[in-house]
Amino acid sequence: MTQEAQKERSMILQKEMIDGLFNDLAKAKETGKKVCYTFIPGNLSELIRTFDMLPVYPEINALQSAMRKKSAAYIKEAERNAHSEDVCTYVKCDVGMMMKGNIGPTGLKIPEPDILLLSYTGCFTFLKWFETLKREYPNAKVIMVHTPYQENGVMTPEMTEYMVKQFKEEVIPQMEAVTGIKYDEEKLKRHLVLAKEAQDWITKIFDTTKHRPSPIDAYFAGVYYIGPINIGFRGTQEAVDYYKELYSEIQERIRLGLGPITPEGEMKEEKYRLVVEGPPNWTSFREFWKIFYDMGAVIVASSYTKVGGVYDMGWRHDSTRPLESLAEYCMNCYTNLNIPQRIDLLSKCITEYQADGYITNSIKSCNSFSAGQLPMMREIEDRLEVPVGFIESDLVDPRYFSYSNIKNRLESYFQMLEQRKVIHESEEV
Amino acid sequence: MKTLKEIIDICKFQAFDLNFTRAKEWKLEKDGRVLVGYMPIYFPREIIHAAGGMAVGIFGGGDRKQIIKGDAYYQSYICHIPRSIIELALDKHMAHFDGFIFPSICDVIRNLSGIFKQQKIGKFVKYMDFPQNFLPEIGGVFYQQEMQHVLKYIKEINGIDVTIDALNHAIDLYNKNRKMISYIYNIRQDFPWRLSIEDVYYIVRAGTVMPVEEHNELLEQVCEHIKENIGVPQDKIKVVISGAFCEQPAIGLIKAIEEAGCYVVDDDYMLGSRMILGDIDASSNNPLEAISNSYIKQSQYSSSIYDVNNPKEYRLAKIVESRGATGVIFAAASFCDPSLLDAPIFQNAFNKMGIRYISFQYSENINQYKVIKEQVGAFSDSIKLWEDEPVTAVI
Ligand code: SF4
Ligand code: SF4
Repeated sequence: MTQEAQKERSMILQKEMIDGLFNDLAKAKETGKKVCYTFIPGNLSELIRTFDMLPVYPEINALQSAMRKKSAAYIKEAERNAHSEDVCTYVKCDVGMMMKGNIGPTGLKIPEPDILLLSYTGCFTFLKWFETLKREYPNAKVIMVHTPYQENGVMTPEMTEYMVKQFKEEVIPQMEAVTGIKYDEEKLKRHLVLAKEAQDWITKIFDTTKHRPSPIDAYFAGVYYIGPINIGFRGTQEAVDYYKELYSEIQERIRLGLGPITPEGEMKEEKYRLVVEGPPNWTSFREFWKIFYDMGAVIVASSYTKVGGVYDMGWRHDSTRPLESLAEYCMNCYTNLNIPQRIDLLSKCITEYQADGYITNSIKSCNSFSAGQLPMMREIEDRLEVPVGFIESDLVDPRYFSYSNIKNRLESYFQMLEQRKVIHESEEV
Repeated sequence: MKTLKEIIDICKFQAFDLNFTRAKEWKLEKDGRVLVGYMPIYFPREIIHAAGGMAVGIFGGGDRKQIIKGDAYYQSYICHIPRSIIELALDKHMAHFDGFIFPSICDVIRNLSGIFKQQKIGKFVKYMDFPQNFLPEIGGVFYQQEMQHVLKYIKEINGIDVTIDALNHAIDLYNKNRKMISYIYNIRQDFPWRLSIEDVYYIVRAGTVMPVEEHNELLEQVCEHIKENIGVPQDKIKVVISGAFCEQPAIGLIKAIEEAGCYVVDDDYMLGSRMILGDIDASSNNPLEAISNSYIKQSQYSSSIYDVNNPKEYRLAKIVESRGATGVIFAAASFCDPSLLDAPIFQNAFNKMGIRYISFQYSENINQYKVIKEQVGAFSDSIKLWEDEPVTAVI
């Protein structure tokens, strides 16, 4: 098999999985499957699968709409209906999409929810988002799971117990009532075993950026890699197969000494290795990425790829403690970490992946990420003496992506990195 | 008894004393006293009182604190209050505070708790995760554990183990406090000219920065004064203010709304002081459980409390009706997620219910409100003139 063909296989696998999910969703009414809307951070994929439900992730619909240049119209629609200019644009994009018929990214209609599973993890907006949706879908059952915040940088037994009680006394009985399916813990355990396997693989994948050149871009390509594990396939054999395949493709790239693949082919020279904090911009995703790869900058780690779960510190789902394990999973998502934990995690990435710099992409409408990014950046700069850069954009609102501003800022930043390199090299000589 | 003017002058000074002088004096009066700062919206101050401490409200620097360092902590598209709080902290306005509580109201306050931790401000920093599960045996238990953590921090400082009696005594004091504030609002509902909303604001806010016993004394006197038929009625409409529960509007704006032709007969400016509706059981053997039950079962609606089984639009509509108000003013701090994300929920419902409203945004440090005043004036006029027409406008 050629290198090209191998590369395509993981992509094909992913496409098949996602298309399959959207097809199943479009047929949910006929097949009688129940539909569960939920969020990526703290997504209870394994439990949803235990009840044979189909998941819908409103954030994914929003970002896909942005990549297909549809988000501006959706946002406008929501703003016409009293939504403020200044709030999370994912919410507005989703609400606008719903108002315009709820046609999903693949062109198929997304069914109405039977359950709104509010896995309230790491972001207050989720709560408001589903309060809004509940008013649009009065027949849907809202199931709230309150995930305690890791305010002291630890998950205490009390916090876990609080969540487990919610699972036992609220979430599971309500899922049983809506689906008519009895809770089967053995089935959940089987999904958790597979979830752990996928987590092992994805950790190994993101760890490959230790190589020079890095065989992958852990941000711009990373957002594709986290797709299956985050959007409902965690806990399935399909996800394990996908990650195995992806890992072997990456191994092959390492063997051949190749850098990351970009939309314009392979990145030829790795000049700068960066760690990025904050979600990407989706409306101009390609242009945004291009600024980096044109400059020979590769992202070796990013916080965004940890929103659906932080696995690189060793945490895994554990089938011997199924509900406790679901609780810990939720509490351990990136935006549920406190600011000192985030700083430590990013510092670890910078050190372990030998990054030359640290960049913050601050998202205008996402306080969960953005509030605190400036002091985090200064702390990292002081602690590691690493050059830091700061840019601003938005997730899905094209009005807040200024290509020239971002490009200018990044160019100056790369110049600074270059100068530092020269100084370092001359010092070494 | 002090005159009403004397009381208002005291409260006005206390409410905006960014050096928290009274709290500092109180702490120095006796060994073992601790000061615990809390951010909006609500915190059960009773538990601090029972532990020999005083909970002190921190509502930002308003238009009285110039921001120099705070802007380096926050991007321009984040509300103003966290930068003024950090400025106050870095300028040592709160150097005499022992600890800080950050209630779980939004991501900004949550992450600010992390910045305080990172910068090691205070002897303890507690992000207080209020339950979003409203079953006493689940969310209630978790909430009690959260309160226990706070008490543990205080004990590490002053060695005090809280007793049931001390907790019940504190509950009793705050019950009285809330009852008197509620009395003031009830009087104003029918006779809003007896005390302006500006004065009410001073009186209620002062209570967040002084010992509750002293505040209760002042409140008692205020209640006596406003039993009298003082002031002169004016031709104004009655409105309810909603959405201004965290970052506070500058006092000039609070004043301007009434000057523009409205009597504000209810508001959520100092929501925390009025959060619990009615009394908390002050004779229980488990006072923490009583406090927890009061939060779960008898708290006011709030943009930070998940409301699906208790929709906020109907609760606000009920307040409007019971206060005899003819309109609602939605006032949100700029970039305030909880308030702004609630706006479509309220406004869509009110369009259907035929409740008139306007909405605007403000920032604590902006004291130019000519445009807002004009809009409020137009709103008031339109209600007076066109009683039957639904009125909506957005500034
Ligand atoms: S505010 Fe941020 S974390 Fe929250 S829903 Fe929006 S994009 Fe996601
Ligand atoms: S003003 Fe709003 S967004 Fe800002 S801290 Fe307060 S509640 Fe949070």
